[in-house]
Amino acid sequence: MSQQDVTFTPAGDDTDDPYAGVRETTEGPVYTVTGQDWDDVIGAAAAGEERIVVNMGPQHPSTHGVLRLILELDGENVTEARCGIGYLHTGIEKNMEYRTWTQGVTFVTRMDYLSPFFNEAAYVLGVEKLLGITDDIPERANVIRVMMMELNRISSHLVCIATGGMEMGALTMMTNGFRERERTLDLFELITGLRMNSAYIRPGGVAQDLPPGAVESVREYLRWMWDHIGSYEAFANENPVFKGRTVDVGYLDLAGCMALGITGPVLRSTGLPWDLRKSQPYCGYETYDFEVPTRDTADSYGRFRIRIDEMKESLKIVEQCLDRLEPGPVMVGDKKIAWPAQLAIGSDGMGNSLDHIRHIMGESMEALIHHFKLVTEGFRVPAGEVYMPIESPRGELGAHVVSDGGTRPWRVHFRDPSFNNLQAVPAMCEGSMVADVIVSVASLDPVMGGCDR
Amino acid sequence: MSDDEKRTEAADSAGDAQGMTSGSQHPDDVAEAAETRAETSPTEDQKPAEAPTEETAAAEAEEESLPAEPEGPALPPEHPSRRGMFGAYDGSGDTSGYGRLVVRDTNPVRGASTPRPWPDELEKLGDDVTAALQEAGSTDADVFEKVLVDRGQITFFVKREKLAEVARTFRDDPLLRFEMCMGVNGVHYPEETGRELHAVVQLLSITHNRRVNLEVTCPDDDPHIPSIVHTYPSANWHERETYDFFGILFDGHPALTRIQMPDDWPGHPQRKDYPLGGIPVEYKGATIAPPDERRAYN
Repeated sequence: MSQQDVTFTPAGDDTDDPYAGVRETTEGPVYTVTGQDWDDVIGAAAAGEERIVVNMGPQHPSTHGVLRLILELDGENVTEARCGIGYLHTGIEKNMEYRTWTQGVTFVTRMDYLSPFFNEAAYVLGVEKLLGITDDIPERANVIRVMMMELNRISSHLVCIATGGMEMGALTMMTNGFRERERTLDLFELITGLRMNSAYIRPGGVAQDLPPGAVESVREYLRWMWDHIGSYEAFANENPVFKGRTVDVGYLDLAGCMALGITGPVLRSTGLPWDLRKSQPYCGYETYDFEVPTRDTADSYGRFRIRIDEMKESLKIVEQCLDRLEPGPVMVGDKKIAWPAQLAIGSDGMGNSLDHIRHIMGESMEALIHHFKLVTEGFRVPAGEVYMPIESPRGELGAHVVSDGGTRPWRVHFRDPSFNNLQAVPAMCEGSMVADVIVSVASLDPVMGGCDR
Repeated sequence: MSDDEKRTEAADSAGDAQGMTSGSQHPDDVAEAAETRAETSPTEDQKPAEAPTEETAAAEAEEESLPAEPEGPALPPEHPSRRGMFGAYDGSGDTSGYGRLVVRDTNPVRGASTPRPWPDELEKLGDDVTAALQEAGSTDADVFEKVLVDRGQITFFVKREKLAEVARTFRDDPLLRFEMCMGVNGVHYPEETGRELHAVVQLLSITHNRRVNLEVTCPDDDPHIPSIVHTYPSANWHERETYDFFGILFDGHPALTRIQMPDDWPGHPQRKDYPLGGIPVEYKGATIAPPDERRAYN
């Protein structure tokens, strides 16, 4: 719309406020609501058009980041709903084409910021498949990967439940959820050095072995979580207010999920036990003992129950991981791929271990060259393309990794479940009330960092 | 050498430190690149097909004087975009002798069909596809350019005019039942003349618990691919994203608009001829200069 088409007439007495008021456009008047002026707006709206289009977001506190919902309202009823995305697009996929394969991990971990280990795992498993070293990954590295992913699934589901509860007014779920999540992030910090965006899972294994005391800390965490996870169920499962807000809200049946490509807890809430950890296992998931929780209500309440149940299954898997941890390498044996140095804590912080520095600086010229080439140039990955799907907390997270035989990715694309699942918003929300939109979107659990990348 | 070539080569030559980070570019290159950016907007389709000029000719002339390659098994073709090493391009003054390195193209995407036998489950899938196509009154040769089996995954290169009907067969035939389309993704191979843009569709069958990829190609100057939204509604946003990033036009898509980039953004950022960074960003009248033109503190 060009500037000439718009006439600007500030409403009421706010003649000096350029942000409030009403603009006449060819589509009808556009009101900018800034608070304390609802009477003017509703009066004007009632006098003219009966159809109101509301922009919810992109900066609305209940839309999980910068999601913009465009709602066409008839009173309190939503007649049409559409999503506007792209507000968090950061060009991660483009940037990765200019970095080495190892550096790519640092980028992908920032996509879906609530489940960094899943992004890393999908990408790394794709790269390993291209390299043909999938079967050479040491057992200990695989166990650590599974453990980190399952801990991450718990922390991600906790955020979903916490923010979803907060949006419905269940503030206790928010405070408790973030308290438990913080415990999980403490573990990440202990093991990887960072709470989020840890770039821990690397092509060939993991960045470093578990530090001393990690196993004990995880065991203590498990005890704490088993004690506290019941509180969510006690609080919400039979809570009439909670059930009133969630039961039969955001309904999407199996046919709808199939047509819209929906996976994860939303698909499982239709009764279909589709979980890639069971159906197309990776990282040795076929050897772990766990269930795939389902509900057949196909609504927000069922998805909430599934997430709680999945957290319990994740706790079981983490326990099995701890029992399986055998001493051994955490990086593939191929020296042309494995990161040349093991990190260690020194007096000046974390860095290459002193042994390694002594080796490359004092003992072996070849080791120094090798270190330099591998760290600056990186390894080459044979040409080809793979699509590597894994089960993230939100559904199928697929990494489409393309190599042209160089030391940098030719193209990496993430099929992010948040991106795909947001397509279900019109199907879930149209015909419902405005308040139900919030609950429906919360039950999809979209993370805009992953959606927009 | 034109600046476009330089940028493509910087993106292609993997071992080349110059391309590793934009920060380490030679100042002359940066200035040149900035000039070119000012002249040509990223929307214009820059055709990498025109790339081989005097540089390639010179390299070929040089090769004539080299001894013949040793006898042995047939080598894969030379990589279309990678010759030389260590920045030994035109006028670099490199005398190390490494500039003659020829990179061989081993990308299966550009190769021929994978001959059978394939792994067992893919053999079965291939037979099922043949049977389903026969049922629909067509054959493998009618609809597929080639079939690749690589790293345990199968990719059918579908002739682009046949994509819509192939997708329909893959979804509806009881032998196949690929109920879900997991996504559509573009890949840009600027050196593949006449088939620069690829779109890869990932399909999943929950009934049979297996996956296939469908790959379609289209030339840069006719970037049209039939949309599969009418078969797979989930492809809606994925096709919009592929259009946004690669400029592939999906014919028959209900509303093919940009999804990640702003609506009025010029160009398609994931193409290889689109630079990383250096695009002035306008916001409310303010202009942010590209990184190489911003003020520096040194």
